[in-house]
Amino acid sequence: MTYRRYAVTLVALTLLLVLLAVACLVFGSVDIPASGIVDILSGKGSGNKAWDIIILQSRIPMIATAALAGAALSISGLLLQTTFNNPLAGPSILGVSSGAGLGVAIVILAMGGTLGGLFGESVGSYMAILLGALMGAGVVLAILIAFSAIVRSNTMLLIIGILVSYLTSSVVQLLNSVATEEGVHNYVAWGFGNFSGVSVDQMPVYAGIIIVALVGAALMVKPLNALLLGARYARNLGINVSMTRNILLLITGVLTAVVTAFCGPIGFIGLVVPHIARMSLGTSNHSRLVPATILAGADIALLCTLASVSSPHGIIPINAITPVIGVPIILYIILNRRRIQYFN
Amino acid sequence: MNNTNAIFTTHDLAVGYRNGKQQVTLLNNLNLSLESGKLVALLGQNGAGKSTLLRALTCDERPLAGTIEVNGKNLLEMSQKDRSRLIGLVSTERVQAGALTVTELVGLGRQPHTGFLGRLDDEDRAIVRQSMEDAGIIGKANEYMSSLSDGERQKAMIARALAQQTPIIILDEPTAFLDVASRIETMRLLQTLAHDRGKAVLLSSHDISQSLMLADELWLITTDRQVLTGTTRELVAAGAMNRLFENRDIHFNDQILDYSF
Repeated sequence: MTYRRYAVTLVALTLLLVLLAVACLVFGSVDIPASGIVDILSGKGSGNKAWDIIILQSRIPMIATAALAGAALSISGLLLQTTFNNPLAGPSILGVSSGAGLGVAIVILAMGGTLGGLFGESVGSYMAILLGALMGAGVVLAILIAFSAIVRSNTMLLIIGILVSYLTSSVVQLLNSVATEEGVHNYVAWGFGNFSGVSVDQMPVYAGIIIVALVGAALMVKPLNALLLGARYARNLGINVSMTRNILLLITGVLTAVVTAFCGPIGFIGLVVPHIARMSLGTSNHSRLVPATILAGADIALLCTLASVSSPHGIIPINAITPVIGVPIILYIILNRRRIQYFN
Repeated sequence: MNNTNAIFTTHDLAVGYRNGKQQVTLLNNLNLSLESGKLVALLGQNGAGKSTLLRALTCDERPLAGTIEVNGKNLLEMSQKDRSRLIGLVSTERVQAGALTVTELVGLGRQPHTGFLGRLDDEDRAIVRQSMEDAGIIGKANEYMSSLSDGERQKAMIARALAQQTPIIILDEPTAFLDVASRIETMRLLQTLAHDRGKAVLLSSHDISQSLMLADELWLITTDRQVLTGTTRELVAAGAMNRLFENRDIHFNDQILDYSF
């Protein structure tokens, strides 16, 4: 693969990111003129208090949340696909997201039964929820590791992931049956997926954890590339395979858990974006794939955000949009398996 | 059996598999050795333990007993990293490398020698080029792995092992999925690497007549699970070839150096 194609792709993805971010800033349920937005961004203020608040405390945090969530889920998907040697792996299809969701549900119930004021109140409460999500994701990843040692078939592992999702959702429903009505309502709303749940105060924690984990992923490009050749070749290249796998799954778990705790279980982005990155770069080389996946993931998440605020009838849930983008891409990939290099 | 020129030696090695707490020994008391500059072929029936033995020799599986030494150092106690500089592996495992170019794939062979992020410097790139040239795949350097034929893919995998610059190369059935022409080419290539580049090359194979003609030494796993070693001439003279398929209705023909009914 040529360096030129890599450079052009990265520049295009970055330009798209800027464009989408600007669009998300301008479009929304409240019309704010571009001149007003420029004034707010330049620090002068638009003279309209409501506009200032919408831009600074709603739209900008939402853009940052979405971009980081998209990057995080996409890198999770990439790491899962390489670790399990399975192009259809992703945090939601393997049940990692629903595991995190179950953790969230348990913590909420233990903390008093309502999801109301989930992330609003104390730092302690959302930290507990974050921890719950991490534990939930961790348990599912542990189950996947255990099964991947026994079942060698890629398809079977996917099915186990889907089964785990069913199990967690049945546990969640059991929990909901004892939760308050408000709690259930909030849990359902959380399940729709939402990039506007991270407040300005929570942003440093949310962004901090994701950025650290993304840097961690970028530092793993060498063993990731070795894993393309399978465990035996990777060992022969000097890679400690089990340790590498644990680190990769830890990074995956952290990224998925943080995003799931704050934004809900978001489907498809983690599965689809690594394919978009591979196809647009024409390579499986992770030293180029990781940056492209981060950018493309942010792009897709912003596109979903833009779509979610585009309706005159109110916000469309993110999880109603991701399948519309994701399913055609997955079908395209499945139908064109023979023509796509990385399958052959 | 252990000779002084050996770079790689096993001492009372036992290999097999663990089934829960039970140990099943396939091959026992192995004192084998490899020398630089020699091509050794491991022959045996399916299920005789060829792959199990090779997995033990490449430290993919812990042997049940015994030790393996390379240049007098215990291979089993080395770090993965140190081992990766001594033994290069070529196996028949399917790899997800279709979207890598041949150059990128061969570049992965430099991993034991590169830094934390695996970046290649000019010297690494020169070695990658030389390895592709030696393996006869330089003409496809910028092609995707997915566009190669099976034979070309195997050459690329051998080039990858060469780029690793190990004194020993172990190949698990390198010719298994290849057509006749590619099989002969691959065997000739391995012979050249042993004789001209001084590598100690060990390969397992089903292709007995090829192995008899091209290998400097044979390791035969007999039906009663002995490992007999020696040159083709020695083993044929000792009638060892007939112990390979004792339970089958075929016989070794000394004249054509192959089996017949």
